[in-house]
This record gives sequence, C-alpha cells and structure tokens, in this order.
Amino acid sequence: MRYKSAQILEYENEITRPARFTQETLGWVPWLAPIPEEELTQGQREALIDDFRIKRPYFRLLVRNAAALEARTLTDKDIFQNEEGGLPLEDRELAATAASRLNGCVYCASVHSRKASHYSGRKAEIQQLLDEGADADLDPRWSAISHAAQLLTRSPLEFGPDQVSELYRVGLDESEIVDLVYSASFFNWANRLMLALGEPEVLSRRRRS
Amino acid sequence: MKDVIDMLIGMTGNVGEGGPRSSRPQAKHNAQRSFEVLLEADPEDTFPTAHRYAVALYTAALQGCSSTASDFYAELLAEETEDDTTEKILELARASQTPGPYGTFKEPDLIQDSDPGPTVHYCISGVQGIPPKLAAALEFSHLLSLHPRDASPQALLRLEEAGWNADEIVTLSQLVSFLSFQIRVVEGLSAVHEGGMREAS
Repeated sequence: MRYKSAQILEYENEITRPARFTQETLGWVPWLAPIPEEELTQGQREALIDDFRIKRPYFRLLVRNAAALEARTLTDKDIFQNEEGGLPLEDRELAATAASRLNGCVYCASVHSRKASHYSGRKAEIQQLLDEGADADLDPRWSAISHAAQLLTRSPLEFGPDQVSELYRVGLDESEIVDLVYSASFFNWANRLMLALGEPEVLSRRRRS
Repeated sequence: MKDVIDMLIGMTGNVGEGGPRSSRPQAKHNAQRSFEVLLEADPEDTFPTAHRYAVALYTAALQGCSSTASDFYAELLAEETEDDTTEKILELARASQTPGPYGTFKEPDLIQDSDPGPTVHYCISGVQGIPPKLAAALEFSHLLSLHPRDASPQALLRLEEAGWNADEIVTLSQLVSFLSFQIRVVEGLSAVHEGGMREAS
C-alpha cells in the first residue's frame, strides 16, 4: 500500500486480486483512509452498531458520516434479515447477487452468493449465475427473480407493470415482490459504495479461517 | 417531514402511504432518515445543501430520465438558487445519458464481459457557471451512476484536487449511492402498485 496523497491509498502487487466472480470469502481494501479503531468516538462506535463492523475498514471508512452509515445499516438489516413475511431470505440474497453481478461488484457478489447458497443449498445454480450473468439458465422462479433484479439495476430503469405480472405468474405475491424491489434496489446502493471506495482482494488461507 | 419515497410514488399516480412498504417499517424509516442526513445539510456544512440538491438532480436525471425524483430535485434546487443552475444541471445530465451499467472489469477472467463507455470530464473542459468543486462531484456522480466498475483511486484523487476531503467524499458517495436506491424503490413500488391493479381487474 502507498499513499497516493494525504488521504488516498493505492495498492500495486501487494494484494492478490480475484480473477473472476467467486463464492469464496474475499477481503476488501480501502482507497480512502478509514478511521483507526482506537480513534473512534463513542458516537461513531454506536453508529457502527455491531462489533464485527468495528473491525472492518469499509465500515470504519463509512463512519466518517456516522448518521448516514447508521441509517444505511438499519435499512440493510430490515431488507435482508426481517423474517416476518415476504420473500424467503435465499431469494432476497439471489436478487442481491444478480444486481451485484450486473453492476460488477465482485466483493458484494461473493458475500451474497455465499449467503444465497447457504440458505438455499443450491450452490451450483448460484455459481452459474456468477459465471454466466444474465444468460444463466435457472429454474423459472429464480430466473424471474434474477431477471427482475437485473432490470431494476439497469438505467434508464426498465422495471414496469409487465415485469410485476411476470413475477405473479411464477408464484410471487405482492409482499414478496416488494422485498425483491427492496433487495435489488439496496444493492444498487451498496455496490456503488463498495466499488467507489476500494477493491476486493483474495485472502490468504490463514486470514480466511 | 413527509416521507419522500411515498410522496414520489404518489407523484406517479400510485399509492405510497400505507401501501406495501408497511411490512418493512425500519427500511421505510431509515430511507427517510438517509434522505434527511444526506440531502439536508447543516447551514455551516462545507458541502452545502444547494450542491447536494444539484448532485441529486444530476444523478436522478442521469439514471431515471422519466423519474418523478428528477422533477422533485429540480424543484428543490430551483428554490435554493436564483440563477439558471437547475437548467444547466439538467442540460449536463441530458447530454451525458448512456444506458448503464457499463464499464471495464479489472478481473482478468471477466475481460469478455467488459463493456467500455464514456467518462465525463467536466473539470478539464470547464463548465460555465458551475463551481469546480461541484463540477468534480458531478463527474463522480456520472461514474457511480452509470459505470461504477470503472471507479479507481485516480477518480478519488480528482475529487481531492477539486477540494473534497475524505469526510466529504464519503458523504458524496453515500448521496449518489442512496439516490440510486431511492429512484429504484420509487419506480419499482409504483410498478408493483400498477401491476397489482392489473391483477385485480
């Protein structure tokens, strides 16, 4: 790592970059200096919400605007962890993976493809989505969800009432479609932060465990 | 303050208030909080509210040309500025619209998936009537809005050279990224409402 300026960091050969989309655990290195753990104020610690976030350079960078980070994290938790009704968690993670694949966020895709595989037990199909993107031939329900998430990711936006009818046709109900809209939309937020402020790295075997 | 996403859905002629978003109350509440934190700056903040509205208008117009969000941010910006800034920002956005997301993959095995496209350079070419610091923010919004996988330390350096410090860069990144969420939720939930009416008839 070297300082490109007083606040901006860059990495040459000291990190190993992933070669493609993967379900392996990746690391993420910041291009902008995070706040060192020992310098965090009480308010910043509270905005980080969970202990694991205090360890991550990504969150210690975002905590430079603590209120914005806290609102982001609470939005994230309700969309992906609230199990009261709506879309099964595996399908929310599928939508997150499809959006991340299209935007090109290899880091986000690694985290959420792993979660989708974990919840669904369908690792090979998730890998197909990572390998083939929009061309992946999944079952009708997953194809419809993945396709809708991609249309929500494109600009100009291409998701309209016809796409909603298609989702009803494969068996989703209104509350599930709302979760799908939220999941894909949220990753259009998260992907941009991850891509804007740093890059993924392959972790050594020791750091992965 | 009234919930902005509900209001923008209402502007499409669909129902926001009390509709399907009620199943995710924290997401609704914190999307509104994000709007307030990212768009409504303290009076002494070095990233002033008028500049935040300008970035918001540019971002919404660039990504969702027919979105009600772009009308909304145009109104907010026009109230904050006395000259023709609103019109200038809209012109810049219209001139730079390209279907997204595109960009070049850095991962060697994904080269065949790369889809290179334009990067805008407002600072170098100079934009009349738009201060250089704001022009650099618009450049960054174009990158994040349409081709985020082209992001690089170099892009952050351009911001820094235009006077952006690390805290402000984080806020700017959050602003453009949050808006990318907001306009999709508005468009998506409007479609859910319209599609639902169609199912019911």
